Amino acid sequence: MSEAFALSPDFNSAESRAEVPRSLGLARRGDRGVIVKVTGVSGAAEAIDAQELERRLLEMGFVEGARIEVLHEGLFGRDPIAVRVDDTRVALRRREAGAVAVKFDGR
Amino acid sequence: MALDTPVRQDPGLASSDPKASDAAPARIALVGNPNSGKTALFNALTGSRQKVANYAGVTVERKEGVLTTPAGRQMRVLDLPGTYSLRARSPDEVVTRDAVLGRLAGEAAPEALICVADATNLRLVLRLVLELKRVGRPFVLALNMYDIAQRQGLRIDLERLSREIGAPIVTTVATRKRGLSELLEQVERLVVPRGDAVDSVWREPSAAEIRAAHAEAQRIFKACVKPPERPDTMTGKVDGVLLHPVAGLAILLTLLFVMFQAVFTWAKIPADAMDHLFGAFGAWTAAHLPPGLLASFVSDGLIAGVGSVLVFLPQILILFFFILMLEDSGYMARAAFLMDKIMGGAGLHGRAFIPLLSSFACAIPGIMSTRVIDNRHDRLTTILVAPLMTCSARIPVYGLIISAFIPPRTVYGVLSLQGLVMFGLYAAGIVSALLVSFVIRRVFWRGAVEPFMMELPTYRWPEPRNLLMNLWTRARIFLERAGRIILPLMVLVWVLSTFPYPPPGATGPAIDYSIAGRIGHLVEPLMRPIGFNWQMTVALVPGFAAREVAVATLGTVYAVGGDADSHAALSTLLQHQWSLATALSFLAWYVFAPQCAATLGVVKRETNGWLWPSVMFAYMLTLAYIASFVTYHVAVALGAG
Repeated sequence: MSEAFALSPDFNSAESRAEVPRSLGLARRGDRGVIVKVTGVSGAAEAIDAQELERRLLEMGFVEGARIEVLHEGLFGRDPIAVRVDDTRVALRRREAGAVAVKFDGR
Repeated sequence: MALDTPVRQDPGLASSDPKASDAAPARIALVGNPNSGKTALFNALTGSRQKVANYAGVTVERKEGVLTTPAGRQMRVLDLPGTYSLRARSPDEVVTRDAVLGRLAGEAAPEALICVADATNLRLVLRLVLELKRVGRPFVLALNMYDIAQRQGLRIDLERLSREIGAPIVTTVATRKRGLSELLEQVERLVVPRGDAVDSVWREPSAAEIRAAHAEAQRIFKACVKPPERPDTMTGKVDGVLLHPVAGLAILLTLLFVMFQAVFTWAKIPADAMDHLFGAFGAWTAAHLPPGLLASFVSDGLIAGVGSVLVFLPQILILFFFILMLEDSGYMARAAFLMDKIMGGAGLHGRAFIPLLSSFACAIPGIMSTRVIDNRHDRLTTILVAPLMTCSARIPVYGLIISAFIPPRTVYGVLSLQGLVMFGLYAAGIVSALLVSFVIRRVFWRGAVEPFMMELPTYRWPEPRNLLMNLWTRARIFLERAGRIILPLMVLVWVLSTFPYPPPGATGPAIDYSIAGRIGHLVEPLMRPIGFNWQMTVALVPGFAAREVAVATLGTVYAVGGDADSHAALSTLLQHQWSLATALSFLAWYVFAPQCAATLGVVKRETNGWLWPSVMFAYMLTLAYIASFVTYHVAVALGAG
C-alpha cells in the first residue's frame, strides 16, 4: 500500500495506455479514466507524510472508483492540472497527482 | 495547538438553574464546505447584527451574530471557517473542529449545528455530514442554493436523505432569504434543553475510515440524488477560456491591471477629499482651541492620526470589492491555479497570491488574509515578503521625489519617464519579494513543498447585498485593527516630535529640538554613507508611524509647511537641497525599509510574538541600507552626485 505503483515502461504505446494504470501526474489534457489506487506516495519530497497526503486526496474526492478527466493544464510545464473527479472540479499539482493511479480509457 | 484541553461548562451547573438556561440565548454554529454559501446564509440569518473578533489565543476571525427565531427566541450564531473535514489542517480548520466538538477555550459548545451544503454539489459534503453525525451533536442539514438545483432539474429525495443521515433537512436559498423560517423552526426543535451535555466523541479517521465513509456517502448519494437533467455547462465553457494556458493568464493580468487602475484612480477623489477634510478640520480646531499644547495635540496628533487611517479606506474598499467579486464568483481559485507555477518558482504557495495582491493597497489587510494558507512556513514566508509590495502609503513619497527629480520627458515617443520610474519602483518591490521568498524557501526552509489542492467552484454571479455586507465586515475589521495600532502610534510620534520644546530664541524648526529631531541627528552619521542628510533622517523617524508622514515631516523640517499646497514649494526646494544621487537613494530606501510600525504590529498579532516582526524589521532594514548604498554610489560614480 505504501509503495509507489510502478510506471509501465512503455506507457506511450496505444495498447498499454488502456490497460496498465498510469500516474495521474503524467496524464494529459483530455485523458479520462477511473481511479484505481490512491497511495499518498507521490514520488517527490512532500511537506506532509504519505498518510496525510492520502487522506487529503481522499477528502477531495480522489477515491478508488471515481471517474476522472483532465480538464486543463497550466502554461509552465503543463502544471498544475485541473481535473474533474466525478462531478467536482479540483486543481492540483502534478507532483501530488503522482499519488493517484488511473486506469485510462483506451482511445 | 494549545487548544487541546477540553474546556466545557459544567453540565450540572447549567441545568441546576432552568431560568438561567431559558434566559441565555441558545448557541448554534454554521459548518460547511467552502463555497457552500455558508457566509451568505449567515448574513441572511443575522442581518447587520454581527460582531467580528478573534478567538482567544488564535488569530482566526470569530464571526458571531444574533438572530430571532419565528417563535421570538434569540439565538447566537457562529459562522465557522469552511472545511471539508473535521481533520484540521490550517488554524481556521482547527477552530471549526474545536468549536464543533466544544473544545474551544473560552467558548461554550454550540447546542446545535447547521451544516450548510451546496445542493448542486453534495458528493463531498456528505462525508462531512457523516463525520458530524458521529460527533453526536444535533444538526440540521441546510441544502442551500436549492433554486439552482431545481433549475438544473436535480432531484433529491429529501425524505430518504434525511433518514440516511439521521438529521432533518431544510432547503434554502440564502441570497433570496428563502427557507430561513423553516430552518430556524428545525433548529428550535433541536435545541430543546437537555439534562445532560452531549458528549462529543471524535478522533482523527484513518485513510481506511475515510474510504469507508466515502463509500457510505457514495451509496447515500446514489440512492437519494438523481443526476441533473440540465447540468451546468456554463462553468466548463467559461473555464475553457479563463483557464486556457495563454489566454487565461493574459485575462488574469488584464484583470489585475484594471483593478490597479481602479484602486488608484477611483480612490483618488474620495481619498483627496478626506485628506482635505481632515486637514481643514485640523486647522479649524487649531484655530478655535486656545493655542498651545492641547491645540497641537488635537489637530496634529489626534485628527491627523484618525485621518491617516481613514485616508486609506477608499482604496481598501475598492480593493476588497474586487477581491470579494472574484471570490464570490468563483474566479479566485482559478487565479490561484494560473499563478501557482509562477509563485511556486519563488517558493510561494498559490494561495499567497491574494494576500500579496492586497498588499499593494496596504500590507495590513494582506498580512491578515494570509490565514488561508495552511502551512506555517508558507504563511510566514508570505507575511515576511508582503510589505515589499508597493503599498499606497509609498505613493506620496515616490510622487514627491519623482516630480522633483525626474524630468517630465517622454521616452520612445509614448512613455512618460516619470511613469517609467514609478513602474520601476513597483517592479523592484515585486522582484525583490519573489527573490526574498526564493531565498527563504531555498536556504532557510528548504525541502518539502506543501501540496496545492483546491476545489474549482461553479461560477456564480455575486449577489450584491451579500457582497456589500461582506465588504462592510472587512472594512470594519481593517478600521479596528489598523486604527488600534496606527492611532496610538500617531500620538506617540506627535509626542516624540513635539517634546522637548525649542529653547527661547531658537531659529531652526521646532522638530529639530525634539526627541525625534535628536534621534535623527544621532543616526545621521550612519546614514551619511547612503547619501542622506540630517533633514532626511529626522523625517524618517515620524515616517515609521506611516510612510507618507515623511512627506509632511520633510515639509516641516525644511520649514515650508506640510500641507498639499506647499508640495510644489517643497519639491522645488528639494531640487536645490538634494543631489539626484541622494534622491535616488531615498527612493531605494523606501522600496525596502520597514517604515511602517503598524505592519510590524500586525505581524506581531498574527504570529503571536515579537520574533517575526523583529526578523522582518532586520532583514528589510538591511536590504534598504544595501540598496540605498549601492544606488547612491553608482549614481555618484555616474556623475549624479
